[in-house]
Amino acid sequence: MLNASLKQLAAQLLEKKISSVELTEVFLKHIKTLNPELNAFITINEEMSFAQAQVADKMIASGQTHPLTGIPVAQKDIFCAKGWLTTCGSKMLSNFISPYDATVIERFNQVGAVNIGKTNMDEFAMGSSNETSYYGPVKNPWDPLAVPGGSSGGSACAVAARMAPAATATDTGGSIRQPAALCGISGIKPTYGLVSRYGMIAFASSLDQGGPMAKSAEDLALLLNVMIGFDARDSTSLQREPEDYARDLDKPLEQLRIGLPKEYFAQGVSQDVANAVEAAIAEFRKLGATTVEISLPNTQLSIPVYYVLAPAEASSNLSRFDGVRYGYRASDYTDLEDMYKKTRAQGFGAEVKRRILIGTYVLSHGYYDAYYLQAQKLRRLIASDFTEAFKQCDVIMGPTSPAVAFNLGEKSGDPLQMYLSDIYTSAANLAGLPAMSIPVGLGDKNRPVGLHIVGNYFREAQMLNIAHQYQQVTDWHLRAPARLPEA
Amino acid sequence: MTLSVDDVKRVANLARIEISEEESQQVLIQLSGIFSLIEQMQAVDTSHIEPMSHAQDMIQRLREDVVTESDQHILFQSIAPQVEASLYLVPKVIE
Amino acid sequence: MQWEIVIGLEIHAQLSTRSKIFSGASTAYGAQPNTQACGIDIALPGVLPVLNYSAVERAIKFGLAVGATINSPSIFARKNYFYPDLPKGYQISQFELPVVQGGHINIQVEDIEKTIRLTRAHLEEDAGKSLHEDFHGMSGIDLNRAGTPLLEIVSEPDMRSSAEAAAYAKALHTLVRWIGICDGNMQEGSFRCDANVSVRPHGTEKLGTRCEIKNLNSFRFLEKAIDFEARRQIEILEDGGNIRQETRLYDANRDETRTMRSKEEAHDYRYFPDPDLLPLNISKEWIEQVKAMLPELPEARHNRYIEDFGLSGYDANVLTATREIADYFENTVKQLPAQAKLCANWIMGEVSGRLNKENIEITHCPVSPAQLAELLARISDGTISGKSAKDVFDSMWQGEHGSSADAIIAAKGLKQISDDNEIEKLIDEVLAANPQQVADYRSGKEKAFNSLVGQVMKVTKGKANPAQVNTILKKKLLE
Repeated sequence: MLNASLKQLAAQLLEKKISSVELTEVFLKHIKTLNPELNAFITINEEMSFAQAQVADKMIASGQTHPLTGIPVAQKDIFCAKGWLTTCGSKMLSNFISPYDATVIERFNQVGAVNIGKTNMDEFAMGSSNETSYYGPVKNPWDPLAVPGGSSGGSACAVAARMAPAATATDTGGSIRQPAALCGISGIKPTYGLVSRYGMIAFASSLDQGGPMAKSAEDLALLLNVMIGFDARDSTSLQREPEDYARDLDKPLEQLRIGLPKEYFAQGVSQDVANAVEAAIAEFRKLGATTVEISLPNTQLSIPVYYVLAPAEASSNLSRFDGVRYGYRASDYTDLEDMYKKTRAQGFGAEVKRRILIGTYVLSHGYYDAYYLQAQKLRRLIASDFTEAFKQCDVIMGPTSPAVAFNLGEKSGDPLQMYLSDIYTSAANLAGLPAMSIPVGLGDKNRPVGLHIVGNYFREAQMLNIAHQYQQVTDWHLRAPARLPEA
Repeated sequence: MTLSVDDVKRVANLARIEISEEESQQVLIQLSGIFSLIEQMQAVDTSHIEPMSHAQDMIQRLREDVVTESDQHILFQSIAPQVEASLYLVPKVIE
Repeated sequence: MQWEIVIGLEIHAQLSTRSKIFSGASTAYGAQPNTQACGIDIALPGVLPVLNYSAVERAIKFGLAVGATINSPSIFARKNYFYPDLPKGYQISQFELPVVQGGHINIQVEDIEKTIRLTRAHLEEDAGKSLHEDFHGMSGIDLNRAGTPLLEIVSEPDMRSSAEAAAYAKALHTLVRWIGICDGNMQEGSFRCDANVSVRPHGTEKLGTRCEIKNLNSFRFLEKAIDFEARRQIEILEDGGNIRQETRLYDANRDETRTMRSKEEAHDYRYFPDPDLLPLNISKEWIEQVKAMLPELPEARHNRYIEDFGLSGYDANVLTATREIADYFENTVKQLPAQAKLCANWIMGEVSGRLNKENIEITHCPVSPAQLAELLARISDGTISGKSAKDVFDSMWQGEHGSSADAIIAAKGLKQISDDNEIEKLIDEVLAANPQQVADYRSGKEKAFNSLVGQVMKVTKGKANPAQVNTILKKKLLE
């Protein structure tokens, strides 16, 4: 049951072989077994999960079903869910019971999916290792010494350890794809504007995009069908005809042209990752795809540009956490200014404060043009690299992360090293392109390797088709960490 | 570009984050490292490039002028640090 | 030394939309605290702004009314600072590309016309309110006003006296109400002024260091604050001192301005384009549509009243103070085109006086323009005297006889005796009864004439047409 695909679970529910309440119980039990060690969830609320499962069972009984009705989904703790503690991994929101539902949560509720719990994450999604969470680090289920990646480390861990069949996540610079890669699962960040950001606690508004994590591309397609949709409450939400993201899963790949950016295979990639990625590309050639070398000349700039723009937006987005209307407030202070300063000094962790300071600096008087404006201009340059590249190929492939999961504590003292692990992922956010990661092997210490697939705007269905075809002829996506107990 | 401890303090004050002398020194070292990476940007001539603010080339959608929200202050204030007479309380505001 | 005062104004006009600029919460004034502050207004984590169509439309209206350029695209930016009445820690405003650019307003001070140039007008959201009454030494925050749409209208430093500044502020106040974008209620804070004041030696070009005065919530305070501030600056300069650039607060009780914050403490607002909002495009079609909706503007009407109706500049000013007064005037004069001055006098006198006394808006005036015109027609055709017209008006105000002037005149028997024969007969009777006065007049005592007129009016209970009585009496006495 724990290893079943969403399609299989839906079939069992529909055939009444299992009820949603029972299914919820199975996963909750597994969470209770594993979570004390892995720390993938910040909040479990059995009562609320079961209440949703009961509703789902009634929906199934009355025949109003959707492919995800009754299926447990882990929700990243960045999504506001009414009545649920929603912390965003921060002490600042450690007492925040959300009074409303994010659009993504609402959409899952509407189809009768069950919120199985809120997953751990880097504080305010700022991190690549899940070590910045106020609720403690998440462990990589493949190796408890390793980080799960971040910021959606809890979601990635939950899916990899089979504590949930699927999870939501968000991606500002790689926060879906990098943890998916490090935990050996599949994850996709859709084109910017497809998944509503309403109720998704903002990190960097122009880069943030929600997306799903699951075991397979097929599961991701079903999840995207729920998550994507126009939302009038988000000004950046795109008004488009609804699509079935599973429609092209079975298409053959014969015409596919894969672009391989020479910059991604140059220096910096560890050998184990390079080997696994190359093996995966060989598999695609077998499936009929052709490869072409392309160039994304400004790849190196994506990190500095990202680390100007994202902190700048974040510094402003996080100003609302001031201890006045909700969340943490320092207990001792002398006056208003002191209340602000102590609340924010105590409520935010070191990484969040660091980024707020960077962002405040680059926007401050006299520095705006040199940093913020320059970064915005380079952002266009980076985006146009992709436009050029897509004239030669349908998708771009490379490693998701330069190396397999590093050890807990290995980089936490060196923010710069941590930032560099976003090298392959952040450009897609800057350009707003859809991008995904799928598991393609095990590298050093038997830790998973992810293949990064970047598609052109709105080509999610095609990307899922590509990933699905690969997953039809390989089994990396079916492998679970061996050390986990079977439930 | 060289950052100073004063820059760190100035920025921390703008961001309303209390920072001790010792912390300022630490943060200075970390930020200097990060800014050395950021400085790579300055090597590119961007005089002919339009800044890009949004990932999609879209225009602002407008909302019809109708009242859609009802009073929820009791729910909202149930999670507030300090409330009295339906007001959020803060240390005295001095104009 | 002769000093010249240089003034620029920043005026915040609350736009009279139903809902807020970025949320669907109501903007109605006076609700219980925080009952009109929705999740977006209190800046819950995760919420997002969506722009209100009507707020943009009102900004376009204003831009067209002052002959400005409507920018397309225009950009929303975040102005970052911490304050408890600013829930997001930033105000959504416009910085580099405001919706309205340029434009001008004509003012008149002591019969001298002057054009004040506008720099820009931009859309932004209002903040909440801090209530300083004591809550155990704390302040209370009410966010009902947070997110109310504002149009910040910034002038060039074109004004040279407090009177000019007040005239400009009043002209803007009239205009925003005229075109229906702001209710102009200054007590409720719907129209708020900040003044930038500096002084320089007469005849020099270079602008002096300026101070910004905040919190000017009446035209009178605006004038007094500018006068005080200019005096203060001149005194400092004449004593050899320097002006410090700062923000000052006007204290109406003490009639003085005092330091609020100096430039050294000035905010570094870290403006940047709001990533949650996209460029605002305003199509030519939309602008044309708004243009077609725009009423005839106060200045145009003012000029028309002078040219077409021969009114004085003063009268035209009073009658165009609000669109409602102007409409009332036009609807009255429409019925009585030859008597514009009479209409103007009555509206500025009797009608306005009565409305003020009873605190009624002209739109709810018990006497309609058509009814007033009917009354004024009876004055101009001599049916009733000006004096009895006031009685008739009073009855009309009370709604007697369906507020019909003719019906009231008939019922009260107020119709003037204007028939020459009848008046002649009455005069003959009076002359016969007062031989002494007749003799006195004929012997050169002019005063006796008035006494005889008085006798005639007494006999007719004041209904005889006085002009006719005069003429006929004179003729009779010469016989």
